[in-house]
Amino acid sequence: MTAALTILATDPTGLAAPARQLGRWRRLPLKAKAGVVLFGVFVLAAIFGPILEPYNPSYQNPNQALSIAPPSAAHLLGTTQAGEDVLSQVLTGIRLTLELGLAVGLIATFLSVLVGVSGAYLGGLWDDGLSLLSNVFLVIPALPLLIVLLGYLPRTGQTATILVLAGLGWPWGARVIRAQTLAIRGRDFVAASRETGESGWRIIAFEIVPNQVSLIAANFVNTVLYAIGASVALAFIGVTNTANWSLGTILYWAQSQQALSQGAWWWFVPPGLIVALMGLALVLLNTGIDELGNPRLRDANQRAKVNGRRLRPSDPTPVLHATPAPRPTAVTAFMRSFSRSAYLADRAASRDGATRVGAPKPSGGQR
Amino acid sequence: MPFIIRRVAFYVVAAWVALTVNFFLPRAMPGNAVESIMSKFPNLQASTYHALEAMLGVGHPGSLWSQYVSYLNDVVHLNFGISVSSYPASVSSLLIQTIPWTLILVGTATVIAFFLGTFLGIFAGWRNGGWLDRALPGLMFVQAIPYFFLALVLLWLLAVKVLHIFPIGQGYAGGTGLVPGWTWAFISSAIWHSVLPAFTIVITSVAGWMLQMRNVMITTIGEDYVLAGQAKGLSNRRVIFNYAARNAFLPQLQGFGMALGFVVSGAIVMEIVFSYPGIGLLLLSAVTSNDYPLTQAIFLVITFAVLLANLIVDLVIVAVDPRVRTREAA
Repeated sequence: MTAALTILATDPTGLAAPARQLGRWRRLPLKAKAGVVLFGVFVLAAIFGPILEPYNPSYQNPNQALSIAPPSAAHLLGTTQAGEDVLSQVLTGIRLTLELGLAVGLIATFLSVLVGVSGAYLGGLWDDGLSLLSNVFLVIPALPLLIVLLGYLPRTGQTATILVLAGLGWPWGARVIRAQTLAIRGRDFVAASRETGESGWRIIAFEIVPNQVSLIAANFVNTVLYAIGASVALAFIGVTNTANWSLGTILYWAQSQQALSQGAWWWFVPPGLIVALMGLALVLLNTGIDELGNPRLRDANQRAKVNGRRLRPSDPTPVLHATPAPRPTAVTAFMRSFSRSAYLADRAASRDGATRVGAPKPSGGQR
Repeated sequence: MPFIIRRVAFYVVAAWVALTVNFFLPRAMPGNAVESIMSKFPNLQASTYHALEAMLGVGHPGSLWSQYVSYLNDVVHLNFGISVSSYPASVSSLLIQTIPWTLILVGTATVIAFFLGTFLGIFAGWRNGGWLDRALPGLMFVQAIPYFFLALVLLWLLAVKVLHIFPIGQGYAGGTGLVPGWTWAFISSAIWHSVLPAFTIVITSVAGWMLQMRNVMITTIGEDYVLAGQAKGLSNRRVIFNYAARNAFLPQLQGFGMALGFVVSGAIVMEIVFSYPGIGLLLLSAVTSNDYPLTQAIFLVITFAVLLANLIVDLVIVAVDPRVRTREAA
């Protein structure tokens, strides 16, 4: 669990990690690796994008030929209706959107930990009140409330959006962290430190929170995902400041200036695709963290082999298929395609060309 | 039944919180909403100013408490005031026009996506590492796409530019003189117009349900009773559906209630792309024209719909899970 976190914390691409960490890196689930690399690319784009961008994203080229111009050497992703460079807008958008996502993630995760841990640790009325609060805000649909809230706020900068998103983004994490804290609170080491006379806040900060770092990390990733999705949707509707070039704002202008019916795919496809890829990177990271915590969820292809085939936790003792099966009809063939043991047998048979599933091979030793 | 009573009490509290937030928002926010509206619409009558004031509680006579009571009274009688953007129309009449569109489209598509995703998740989990399971990263990508963006791309591919199969937005072929009603011409047109929006919702949300069901399913398969079922020589179908999936389905069902808010929110934004005459499009026009009464009423309607759906999910949980019924304590 901590392996992923050290890598996440130190170097997003993992390239410069020392040899010992490289071994940990190799052991990471494939999905987590893909997520780390993809997310690292976006972080780099956010850091260096605004330096590299060829034009000012708000510069409106008065040349009529550059209104809705398809991609060319001068404008790699074409131009908008007003003659603005889409590539420059997208690069600025990556930074703004990522900044917003990370800021919301940090604030909301902090609130989640605060509410979740203190509720579970203090217990009693505190716990009842705090979990009622988080459950209520979980069940109220966030986006309409966000729209109403942002509709009232003055549209300047991202700060208001960040605060509002963070203010509504903590309940899910608080719920999960509360449950985990309740589980940890009953453990012996917590009782031991209580016996030695440590203060409540010390126990929370040094005994309980460090033991759920992976949960908090997963929650952080989830919150960033929520923040990016919600902010892009809000910007697309037009309730945030439409002069800021976030990815959602580009889509807002593309939609409101009829990019679709004019066939200007270069205007709305790149920002949307980048949002989707950012989302994918975060989902992959999260599955990776999940798989580190729960080995059962790991891709079966990464499991250790026993006798040339991969075992699953629930595998029954392998059965020898001595008697030939009756000729399958279309229906039984279809049902067989759902059959677990038939599938395993087919797989094993195709792999080592033998019909005896569980027999140890003479050449290969056991791992 | 204590479980259901507890849940109903919880939803009542949640509804009350939503109502109260809705009441205090315009009063807590900086600036005067009425003045901003009046400046945007110079043709509004002076009498509207007082109507708006009364509606938004700005300079409202009486104590905060009496305002609050009359506000609750109005909501109970479904009196949400008068829309600012389409002035003489009442908010309630606008809502009644748009709610059926959203309810039918988003409701049907969400239920289809949920059951399809659950069904696929059962097999992806059972055959961990099989072809369906290996398709998951691709599905995760689809899941990460914002609803409205997929809607844009699908609209562009299937209606505007590449293939001209589907209609470009709208709820029905309005330009041809078709009038909403129980006629076959209207219903078929409405169904045809809803195919692409529904498809968008199903595509983007199915992967989430599938992933969740797969994960629970994999954990459930590891349980001893599944092994026992297999050892008894039960058919695979029986072990999958009656042993593993039946238990894995319960967390999935609880997740359905929780995730409903997100799905509905996404679907609402998706409506904007398709110009679908539902509540999402109404919300957009309300926000862009600073129509606060309408915006707030829509927020309440969506919240209450989600709460009601959650209550229904809870009733289903009571029906399918005998443990919930017997667990009186706690």
